[in-house]
Formats: sequence, structure tokens, C-alpha cells
Amino acid sequence: MSYLADVGTLARKDLLLELRSRDTLPAMLLFVVSTLVVFSFALPADASDAAAYGLLWVAIVFTAILGLTRAFAAERDQRVLDGLVLAPCDRSAIWLGKGIAVLAFLALAEVVALPAFALFFEPVSWELVAAVVLADGGLAAVGTLLAAMAAASRARELLLPLLFLPLAIPIVVGGVGASIADDPGRYLGFLVLYDLIFAILSWASFEYVVTE
Amino acid sequence: MSTSLRNSRAVALAAATAALLLVGLALAFYWVPNAPLEGFRQRIFYIHVPVALTAYACFGWAAWKGLRLLWTREQRYDLESYTAVHMGVIFGILTLVTGSIWARTSWNTWWSWEERQLVLFLVLFLFYSAYFMLRFSVDPGPRRERMSAVYALFGVVLIPVSFLAIRLAEGLIHPVVFDSQVNTRLTASQLITFVVCFAGTLALAGSLYVNELTGKRIDARLGELREALE
Amino acid sequence: MTTAEKYVTAAYLVVLGVLLAYLVIYAFKLSRLEREVGELAELARRKKEAA
Repeated sequence: MSYLADVGTLARKDLLLELRSRDTLPAMLLFVVSTLVVFSFALPADASDAAAYGLLWVAIVFTAILGLTRAFAAERDQRVLDGLVLAPCDRSAIWLGKGIAVLAFLALAEVVALPAFALFFEPVSWELVAAVVLADGGLAAVGTLLAAMAAASRARELLLPLLFLPLAIPIVVGGVGASIADDPGRYLGFLVLYDLIFAILSWASFEYVVTE
Repeated sequence: MSTSLRNSRAVALAAATAALLLVGLALAFYWVPNAPLEGFRQRIFYIHVPVALTAYACFGWAAWKGLRLLWTREQRYDLESYTAVHMGVIFGILTLVTGSIWARTSWNTWWSWEERQLVLFLVLFLFYSAYFMLRFSVDPGPRRERMSAVYALFGVVLIPVSFLAIRLAEGLIHPVVFDSQVNTRLTASQLITFVVCFAGTLALAGSLYVNELTGKRIDARLGELREALE
Repeated sequence: MTTAEKYVTAAYLVVLGVLLAYLVIYAFKLSRLEREVGELAELARRKKEAA
């Protein structure tokens, strides 16, 4: 039970920090809307309607990267990560707590992005929303682990997109498929599979990534 | 393992590589008959698929060594995992190039998003290239070893997941213009040729792996020596 | 040579080419290692004389 309490404490810490500093979330919101506007200029006039859905998913992935880049920034700058690791909680609780916070930020960004998308481009179906929710899980799970790796490197913001994008490709396939295919169920099922596999893998391997 | 035993094993492996590859090449070019449908160009199969499977084997080996590292914390597994990833990337590049040539002979185009193997290897190539970026941007030490091991494990999990994703993406995201030719039935002579070539490329990967590992170990020990002397 | 034969041969030659390139890179690495061994042997000899 104390494991979940630890997770809750860690997640609440990140959310409260963000509430007070208000730097990451507004940036993500503005970024995703700006990206959508850029895309409206990037699509030629005779582009298919489906192409817009593809661009939405690109925007989501890159907004996730933006948020993740900041995920461990505070800890790294204040050298708090070593302290967290020394704390008597299970290291994977750090992953879960941080992941939940990332998930919250991403979801809030999408609360703005999806209506904007529906306004500028194409209607948003329930399958699309379901896909977005599932994809957020996968993005947060894998992204939190990779962000911890990148935080320990010298390259930092440069490294995270390189590590993240190949792993994000299946999520994009699942998301776009759920948006435009005739049978979105297959793609939603695939997203569930991705989330399960990579959440378990990330949860199990997080402690090896953060300890000295 | 004593050095002399290791050396004799390496020599034996190199000899086996040479023998298998020479025989395999001879079989592929002179012995096996032309495939009925595709003709002469089908022979690329005997180098393309073995190289692809060998690349998978290298990535799997790297993940296994990574797992051993996380399990036992013995440092030698880090070098072994790293070398295996390096081999995998080399064979991965070869897969992409031979596959591209195959696409050119089959469909007159240097790239086809319809070819699942090619697309999968492109994704893997991106993934494992990032492996090297990760290693070069983290200072050497147990932290880097563990991160590399975890990343290698992610890679091997990504292989089936990506393959599934690519299959799901077919027809949906890319237009189905070409019909993928899938040879599911091999004749006896084709199978023999393939097996010999595959064994040859595996042995080749093994030989290169052993050699490179030795070179890296020597490098590490020279570093230790230098520190002891200066 | 027919076009098909040219491409097939090219594929096999590419594999050979990459391997040979690997050998060349490896030769450079070995000569560097040899040089380093020489330097360290020299260092050791000087230390021995100084002792």
C-alpha cells in the first residue's frame, strides 16, 4: 500500500510544481496549437481528409517530446534525482509517479488540441479519443524511462527525440489506424498491447536506469 | 576461458566461415536452378534473407547479454552487448542495401514501403543508431552499461511490435500498388542453398564479433595499463 | 550480362565490399593498438630504470 502512497506523493509533487511554476503545460498547449496551424499551411489544397489525421498524430508525438524533455529537468538541475533515488521507496515508484504527471500534462494538452483539430480540420470520433487516451499511456510509459536516460547524458534535449521516435512509430500506426480505418478496433487493440508490453518493461527496468 | 583456447576457437570459427560462405556462394550461383517465376534475380534471396536473419540474431544476442549484465552486474557483458549491437547494425545496413537492390530488380524502384522487412529494418536501424548516440553521450561507467543493456532489451521487444505495426499499416497508410511476393514453399535445392548461406552469414557475424570483442578488450586493458604506469 | 545478373552480382559484391571496408578499418585499429602497446612498453621500461 505504501508503494501506491509513494507514487501518489511523487505525482502530486510534480503536478503541484507545475501548478506553481506554470512553464511546461502552457508551452505544450501553445506548441500543439501552433503545430496544427503550421500543418494547415503544410497540407496542399487537394490533400485527402485522412492526411489531416496523420498530422494530428505527429503533433501529439512532438508535443509529448516537448513535455518529456522537461520531465526530469527540474530534478536534474537541482540534483534532486540522486536524492529521490536514495529515498526508501521502490525506484519504479518514481517512474510511475513521474509517468502519471506526464500523462496528466499530455491529456490536458489534448483537451485543447482535439477541439482545435475538430475546428480546423476534421471531425473527431470516439475511436479517435479512445486511441488518444491509449496512446498517451504508451507515450508516457516509454517516454518517462527514456527521459530519465536522456537526463543522465550530456546531450539531454538532443538525445530524447532520437531515443523516442523509433519507439513512437507503432503508437502512430495505432493512432492513425484508429482514426481512419474501417475497423478501428484492431488498432485500438494493438495500442492496448503496446501499452501493456512497454509499461511492464519500463516499470521493471526503470531502477536500472536511475541508480548509479 | 584461457587465451589459447579462445584463440583456437576464433580460428576455427573463421575457417568455418570461409568454408560455409564459399560453398554457399557456389551453390547460390552455380548449383541451384533458376526459380520458375522470377528467374535469375531470385538468387538475391540467398544473401538478403540470411543477412536479415543474422541481424535479428545479433540484436537478440545483444539483448541476452544485456539481460545478463543487469542480472549479474559483470562488466564483461557490456562489451559483449555493445559489440553485438554493432554487428547487428552492420548486418542491418547490409539488409537494407540488398533489400533495396532486390526491390529494384522486382519492382523497378529502390524503395518500397510495401516490403515489410525493409521497413522494419529501417525502424530498427533508427533505433540502434540512437543506441550509439546514447553510449557516446553518457560518461563510461556502470550507469552507462545498465542504460545500454535496458535499451538493447527494448530493441528486441520492439522487433515483433514494430513488425505487427507495419503489418497493420499496410494498405491503410501506404497504397497497395505492388503485390508482395512471398515464397513460402522452397524446393529442396533452394532450402539447402539457403541453409548453407544462412549458416555462413551467422558464422561470419560470429567471427567478426569475436574479433571485435578481442580488440575492444585489448583496448580496455591497455587503458588500465596506462593508468597503472602514469 | 543481363540486367538481373548485374543486380544480383551487385548485391553480393556490396556485402563483400562492406566486409572489406570493415577489414580496412580494423587494420587501422590494430596498428593503433600496436603503437599504444609500444608506448606503454617504453613507459614501463623507463619506470623500471628510474626505480
